[in-house]
Parts: sequence; structure tokens; C-alpha cells
Amino acid sequence: MYTAADLKKGLKIAINDEPYIITHFDFAKPGKGQALYRTKMKNMITGSTMDRTYRSGETFEPARLEDRVMQYLYKEDDHYCFMDNDTFEQIHISEEAMGDAKNYLIDNLQVDVLIFREKAIGVDVPNFVNLRVVQTDPWVKGDTSGSDSKPATVETGYVLRVPPFIEEGELITIDTRTGEYSTRVKG
Amino acid sequence: MGSWPLARRRQALVERGAIFSRIREFFQEKGYLEVETPFRIPAPAPEAQIDAIPASGWFLQTSPELCMKRMLAAGYQRIFQICRCWRDGERGARHLSEFTMLEWYRSEADYLVLMEETEALVQHAAATGSISYRGQQIELSGKWERITVANAFLRYAGTSMWPALAEGTFDEIMVELIEPNLGLARPTFIYDYPASCSALARLKPSDPTVAERFELYIGGLEIANAFSELIDPVEQRARFVAEAAERAAQGKTGYPMPEKFLSALDEMPEAAGIALGLDRLVMVLLDAEIIDEVVAFTTEEL
Repeated sequence: MYTAADLKKGLKIAINDEPYIITHFDFAKPGKGQALYRTKMKNMITGSTMDRTYRSGETFEPARLEDRVMQYLYKEDDHYCFMDNDTFEQIHISEEAMGDAKNYLIDNLQVDVLIFREKAIGVDVPNFVNLRVVQTDPWVKGDTSGSDSKPATVETGYVLRVPPFIEEGELITIDTRTGEYSTRVKG
Repeated sequence: MGSWPLARRRQALVERGAIFSRIREFFQEKGYLEVETPFRIPAPAPEAQIDAIPASGWFLQTSPELCMKRMLAAGYQRIFQICRCWRDGERGARHLSEFTMLEWYRSEADYLVLMEETEALVQHAAATGSISYRGQQIELSGKWERITVANAFLRYAGTSMWPALAEGTFDEIMVELIEPNLGLARPTFIYDYPASCSALARLKPSDPTVAERFELYIGGLEIANAFSELIDPVEQRARFVAEAAERAAQGKTGYPMPEKFLSALDEMPEAAGIALGLDRLVMVLLDAEIIDEVVAFTTEEL
């Protein structure tokens, strides 16, 4: 059981026996008033979204989802194919259900596939993934524009902001929770 | 992971430092003494909705209010402090559980005097006549908007504040319908809160159903809370007992009664005081979307 104070982005809760994931969360508290927990959440099966505001003291059921460790194999049309490492069973997940996770999928990546009532409805990627930069403009020494970041494209096609000293071919770590650059992988 | 988030904030932290310097300059020019009071205290003010973090049997301060008022009682007439405060469970795009507060207190003054002083302070701290915040042009120079809480309810929520208070929807209406409209074209002081929303404020002599308390909003963001101080020890104790009972009813931690503060109230002069959230002020002046952008470290990054 969760309380309102446990709510945060990414938490999965069950409402009317359907799994929801919190996509936006904010804490609000006027002056000397009571705490309010404002959420936007997405139905993990239908993809529909809704806004809800809760007060402290309210409680929530965790969404009962099963996690299965699987390996990413390939993309086909608008589906992504994964294989269960133990049973070698293969499953397909739609691009829509993948969400941002598709930005981090490289061959053979191990992910947690989320199963709700025997049906794969999405994946959890690790919090940090290492991806190679395939395109970024070179850093001009003596650049005085004052810019402290530049765009870079990584091997999955995902584009993000990186520090100016990052060059093509380098391996970088990305925080998949925020989609932001985290650090350079040395060596 | 990495020092990139910290390095990326360099510009914001440089500007934050400059704002702090101008704030200190403002108070020095007006004859205020900069003071420091302990962060770890035995007894925070027992307010129903503000939770202190325990620290070795005592608590981290939720505000330096009680110690600073004891200084007023001892004859310090104009004092200010920039310090860390802690509020348990408060974290969001506009909240940090550990944050930086500016508090200042002035004897022989009331909340109306503080409205004018707050205008002057923020104008000095900003060092510019107008700012852009979240796409909104906000005029800082000149006199700011003033609206009572009662009128704000009628204007923005189409309801009276009293039934909202009775039905327990006061805070939700404030957050959802009123706050987003405050301080958009120029900063707004919203004042005269219901007496029950103001544990340490003096009631208005001409209308004791409300307290002489105001909040400052800029760009929909709550920046400061101020009031004419309650200096009646008997009434203050009764308010604390009621707040403590409300805490107990909600199953929250109880605090010891701040007896030294209550006994000092006997000697406290008429005064007004204000708490201003400096991280929030910096957010507005730098047009930052979330509070994380204007501090070196958030708790999550430690």
C-alpha cells in the first residue's frame, strides 16, 4: 500500500483494477496550508491519461505487474521483439507501448518486460545505459559563444544535449529516467 | 553520476550569489543587523501543517522565527537572517526539503510597512525594472497589486472563502484556482487571511475574523509570508494548543511547547516579520522552471 507521500514519477498504481503509471508529479502546498499531491497518470493498457490531485492520508494499491527479464532482439515494422532468457519464448511489444524506452534499445540489451494478466504492456530499461555518439558537431577551441552544451545523436537515433567536449565515437552514459546526459565513459 | 548537473548550473549560481549580495546591501543600508540563530532547536512552533525533521532528540528549524522574536523581545529592533530551514516531506518542482530562507523582523511596524519594504527589497535584489518569467512579462517597478484573500476567492474562484474553509477546500481552491492568477503582470500581495490560517499573526483590530497576514506572489509562485506579530502570550499559547491538538488528530509528531519563546512575548514590542523563500525568488529572477536549477545540490544528488 502506498500513501500520497510515496507518489512520484514512474510509480505504478492500480485504480479500478487497472494499472496506471504516474507520468508527472508535483507537490503543492500553499503557505501554511495542507500538502497536495498533483499527478498526471497514464493507463498502462489503453494509454489514456488523466489528472488527479490527492491529499496526504490517501492510500493506493500498487499495480500488480509481473517483471520478466528479457533480451532485446530486433525491431520489425512497428513492433519490438524480445526473448525470454530462460524459456526462449519470443514476444512482441508495440512501439506505442515502448514509450521512451525505445531511445535506449541496443542489440542484446537486458530489460524488464512488464506483464499484466499474461500480456506484455511495456518495458523497464536500466536507470543508466551506455550509448555511442554517432554524430555531433566538433568543439571549436576558443569558442566564446558561452554555450555550455550542444546536440548529439547516439546509436539508437536518440538526440540529446551533451557538454561541448564530447566527440563523435565516444561512449556516454545516459540517465534513462530523465533522458539526459550523465557522464562520459572513459577508456 | 558525474559533475555535469553541478557544472551546468554555474551561471545560475553566479547570479544567485549576486542576488544575495544585493540583499545584504539593502539591509545594511537600512540599518538592519545580520544575525544567526541555531539551526537545531528543542521546540519548533507547533503548526498543524509544517513538519520538522528530528535531529538527535531536538529538531531542525522549520524557520528561525521563534529565536528571532526572542531577539526582538531583548531589544534588537531591526534584524535579518539568511539561513537554511528544513520541512519534512516537502519536495516538488517548487519545494526543497532543505531550502534557504530570508527572514527579517522590525519593531514598531506592521504588515503594511513590510509590504512596502518587500517591494523595495525585491526591486533592489532584481537590479532590473521588469523580468520575464515563464513567458510572462512582469513589471517590478512601481507599486504592486494588493488584494484581500476574500476578494481573490470571489474574483478567481467565484466563491466566498468562508464556506471553502468550512468544507476543507480552502487550500485546494488556493492552489488550483487562485495562485496561478497572482503576480502575473506585476507582483501581488494577497492579505488578510482567515484567523484560523495564521497561528502566529495578530488579528485585525477592525475585523478579528481575519489576521494581519500577507503572502507575496510573483508569476503565480508564492515567494514570501508576513504578518503583524501576535505579542499576547496568553492568546499565543491558546493558538499553539489548538495547533498541537490538530497535529495530534492527524497522528503527527508532537513538539514540546516553546516555553522560552512564550515567556519572552511579555517583553516583545509591536513588530512585524516576514519569511521569504530565497530559492523561489532566484527562480523567478532567473526564469527557472524548477527549483533544482537554482541550487548547487538537491538532496537526491548527495
